[in-house]
Amino acid sequence: MKKVRIFSIVFLAIIFSAVLLADVVAPAPYAKQFREAPNAAPSMKHWLGTDDLGRDALSRLLYGSRVSLLLAPAAALVSTLIAACIGGLAGYLGGWYERVALAATDLSLSLPWLFLLLTVRALLPLNVAPLTSVTITFALLGVLGWSSSGRIICSGARAIREADFVLQAKALGCSPRRLFYRQVLPNLKPVLSAQFWTSIPIFIIAEANLGILGLGVAEPLPSWGNLLRGLENWPEVKASPWKLAPVVLLIAVVSCFQLVFQRREEIAS
Amino acid sequence: MSRRGYIVLLLGLSCGLFGWRAAAQSGGELRFSIKSEPKSLDPMLADDDSAETVRYLTAGVLIRLNRQTQKLEPELATSWKVLSGGKSIAFELRKGVSFSDGTPFSAEDVAYTMRTLMDPNLHSPFADPFRSATGEVKVEIKNANAVTLQFPAPVANLEQLFDEVAIVSAKSLHRDVACLGPFVVAEHAAGASIVLRRNPNYWKHDASGKPLPYLDAVRLDIQQNRDLEMLRFRREEIQLINMIDPDAFDRLATDMPSAVHDAGPSFDTEQMWFNQVASAPIADYKKAWFRSQNFRRAISQAIDRGDMCRIAFGGHARPAAGLLSPANHFWFNQKLHAEETDLTGAMKRLADDGFHLEKDVLRDREGHAVEFSIITNAGNKVRERLAVMMQDDLSKIGIRLNVVTLDFPSLIERISHSFSYEACLLGLVNVDLDPSSQMNVWLSSASNHQWNPEEKSPATEWEAEIDKLMRAQASSTDNKKRKEYFDRVQEIVAEQAPFIYLVNKNALSAVSPSVRNAAPVVLRPQTYWNIDSLYLAPASAGGRP
Amino acid sequence: MWIRALPKHFLRLGLTILLGGLLGATLVRFAPGFGADERELDSRLSTQSIQVLRESHASQRNILGYYRGYLGGLLRGDLGISTSLERPVAELFAQRLPVTLRSVGMGVAGGWLLGFFLALPAGMFRWRNYEFLTASLSGLFLCLPAAVLGLAIVYAGGPAWVAIALVVFPRVFQYARNIFVQSSELPHVLAAHARGLRGVHIFIWHVLPNAAPLLLALGGISVSMAFGAAIPIEAISDHPGIGQLTWQAALSRDLPVLVNITLLITVITLAANSVSDLAGRALARQRP
Repeated sequence: MKKVRIFSIVFLAIIFSAVLLADVVAPAPYAKQFREAPNAAPSMKHWLGTDDLGRDALSRLLYGSRVSLLLAPAAALVSTLIAACIGGLAGYLGGWYERVALAATDLSLSLPWLFLLLTVRALLPLNVAPLTSVTITFALLGVLGWSSSGRIICSGARAIREADFVLQAKALGCSPRRLFYRQVLPNLKPVLSAQFWTSIPIFIIAEANLGILGLGVAEPLPSWGNLLRGLENWPEVKASPWKLAPVVLLIAVVSCFQLVFQRREEIAS
Repeated sequence: MSRRGYIVLLLGLSCGLFGWRAAAQSGGELRFSIKSEPKSLDPMLADDDSAETVRYLTAGVLIRLNRQTQKLEPELATSWKVLSGGKSIAFELRKGVSFSDGTPFSAEDVAYTMRTLMDPNLHSPFADPFRSATGEVKVEIKNANAVTLQFPAPVANLEQLFDEVAIVSAKSLHRDVACLGPFVVAEHAAGASIVLRRNPNYWKHDASGKPLPYLDAVRLDIQQNRDLEMLRFRREEIQLINMIDPDAFDRLATDMPSAVHDAGPSFDTEQMWFNQVASAPIADYKKAWFRSQNFRRAISQAIDRGDMCRIAFGGHARPAAGLLSPANHFWFNQKLHAEETDLTGAMKRLADDGFHLEKDVLRDREGHAVEFSIITNAGNKVRERLAVMMQDDLSKIGIRLNVVTLDFPSLIERISHSFSYEACLLGLVNVDLDPSSQMNVWLSSASNHQWNPEEKSPATEWEAEIDKLMRAQASSTDNKKRKEYFDRVQEIVAEQAPFIYLVNKNALSAVSPSVRNAAPVVLRPQTYWNIDSLYLAPASAGGRP
Repeated sequence: MWIRALPKHFLRLGLTILLGGLLGATLVRFAPGFGADERELDSRLSTQSIQVLRESHASQRNILGYYRGYLGGLLRGDLGISTSLERPVAELFAQRLPVTLRSVGMGVAGGWLLGFFLALPAGMFRWRNYEFLTASLSGLFLCLPAAVLGLAIVYAGGPAWVAIALVVFPRVFQYARNIFVQSSELPHVLAAHARGLRGVHIFIWHVLPNAAPLLLALGGISVSMAFGAAIPIEAISDHPGIGQLTWQAALSRDLPVLVNITLLITVITLAANSVSDLAGRALARQRP
């Protein structure tokens, strides 16, 4: 297992370096169309082939990783923090606050937030930079994505509220605020970490799905989301298996992150 | 063997052969997909693709446009005469015809149909083309098989309009189901399928006197996903794909070459236009760009249509010369040619309007960088490719094009209600050959005059000229004169480029080799236009494999 | 005493449901494209006909008035008429709801079975290689879009609920695994290990009861997750359920259908979460 962890760290380091140095590493600009070679197979010139407009697939993967690797974890962090505050406080405080927070959570789970995303996009100018519009999309996903774990966190916080060590800390005169930050939240880490790690690929895929409605990353900027949309054309993927590269990379990165950080949490606990 | 025995044997063999041929030409259920649930099965309100499919398969019409020959043929009317310069039309109706429930067909049904259709509260898309002026449509029933219709003003292309008018029964108790077409709606599983069974009272017979249609039933599966539709076609769960994407066409051509059909350029066009609405919420300097003929023509010259046809359509398209496709043999202006890609020419036109390049960025006279957005509908991969290719083409002349994909309702709202857009890329589906069907696009006061709808008066001289020419061709019955007028309209559109036409895509379809008598054409419905003559090869006649 | 609290609880639930319907309707009403009809682009229609088409949504523009009228109809059993399909919403629901309930029910059950039983050994035994394999497997299904899963299942000839199960399972696995690990590190569990009790006995009598409230909360959430996954899966696999109807209604801004669907999902979410809440509290009270 130690070897696997080392391998994961090295792999992540390589990916992050390649992504950050995409301007240097990428064989071609991500928007350049090699129109003489659309849908080309992998070759010395195009290691992962080209897409349907002749754009180098490896370049688009590197630049797309930059967008998704930065924004998806940021959105996941936002949603986890909001879930921690709302769910954690609800379970810790109890009473009417818990009831209101849980009702808000249930409503948030039921409402068609897609229309809010459409409205926000409509309010933005049409000529907004692709990076700006996708940042806003991810920010909204982060703000709206807390509800799925809010209840679980509330349930966990409720259980911790009645634990012996919390009662002892109260008896020793610990302030409610300190109790919440020093006793309740740390014990919610397993649930919070599950929320964080599952949210990253969920938000990347949500960005892909939103692309169908025009809410994804605008062309020509690539992202894992719009690269993953190509998987829906299954016969084409079967005929050109190298088009699976984005999803393979996503799975590898997410799995490596989990292996590295879960092990770290276990060592810490 | 005696002579008698020999004759008996011959007769027996002939009967056997005839019987085999008859058996091969009858029975079976043809299956294909429609993209969505039909909004309405009322043939007078069938304005979406799926509803139109059901209407085509079940409705009886007075005159049929043969999709292959592009000529009008008698159907329920054995003959007709256009009178008073297009103001009235007299029909002689076919005798001995009944609706699917046995109710006899007569002139009264035609009268009832026209009165219902022209009800101002109905707002049928099939009625509006008849409304050349305000006033009532008068119906005169001469006898059970003769009827004359009189319109308040001449109607352009009058006869062809009856190809889309489904005759409904005036007397039947089951008016919503009874029909005169080859099939009748038998089952409707919401969201899943519609089954049509052969109309036992259908009036048509083949040359040997056998009643048509040959098929027992047609099953329409509601299937939005094109990849699944393709999968089902390969598995022979469906036998037709009426319109197939170029990518899917090429993949299928590799595995099933006899199943794919490229009927050549269709009547459809892909085009972009600039927003020229005076009250649009866009910067004044951009409005000035979009109103400039030089600017529009320069954009047109900078676009590489050849690459679009080759890459976005896999070679199954050709550069568009103008508002009509060359497939429309009679009406297409043969003098027009597709704009050649010419970056130097484009820069010259822009320079004439005061544009100049500054460090690879095109700027106008006042120094504004030329940057604008183009909206198109999300989810249409081919159109998204066209937009990205345009983005690349225009970057070569220093123009930054922002591609914005929107879901369809948002896009319609921008181009029809709020006008908060700069440029738009969409396609036009032309179902009709006659230019009068495009009145609501070319008249400056019309709602579909996309670049500047519902003008109170023509904003430019060339639009005023187009108005005059379109009205002139609509009120004339001399096709030669009409062609002259419409040729001139096409020339003005090519010069002024209010729409920048990109490509005419080919009519691509797939038909299983088990379907006999299929002859895919460019006019919709491409594959089942002759549904009453289609039949399945014996092995497939029994249904699902 | 809990019986006296029931009316208040139901009143709260009722108000939440009504608020959910109103908020959902408001989101749809003010979204761009509301009232836009693609028939407006039909060049056969005259300007007058297009004008009539645009005005046909006038009754829905005042959202409070519309919602009031809708609630009145709801009390009479009338769910309204779909503007895109021109059919009674009640009829559409009657045809499609059983299809989706079946897929979602089986999908949640399948996802839980897979996720729970894969997470068990991770919590009980902490085998490193097993953890690596299960983490990779759940990572694989987390990273595949629901629509792609749906398509893959259809291509393989499988039912839609399998795709829903494969969407639900990795999330259930991640949470369950972490909850089991946390519970198994509690002092009393370690003490039980030290006393030589069997692993299975410790898990059933010490780990599971501590994890139960959180797992029950997760159970409630997984119903919402499954409904959310049903939309793209049914849309892409042409499964004629509520998910497909929701997608079509969203694309055409069909307010009557969307309000009803929002109410339906709110009711189901509240019901699922209330049940899991009550069960969790009951379990907590039973424990010494």
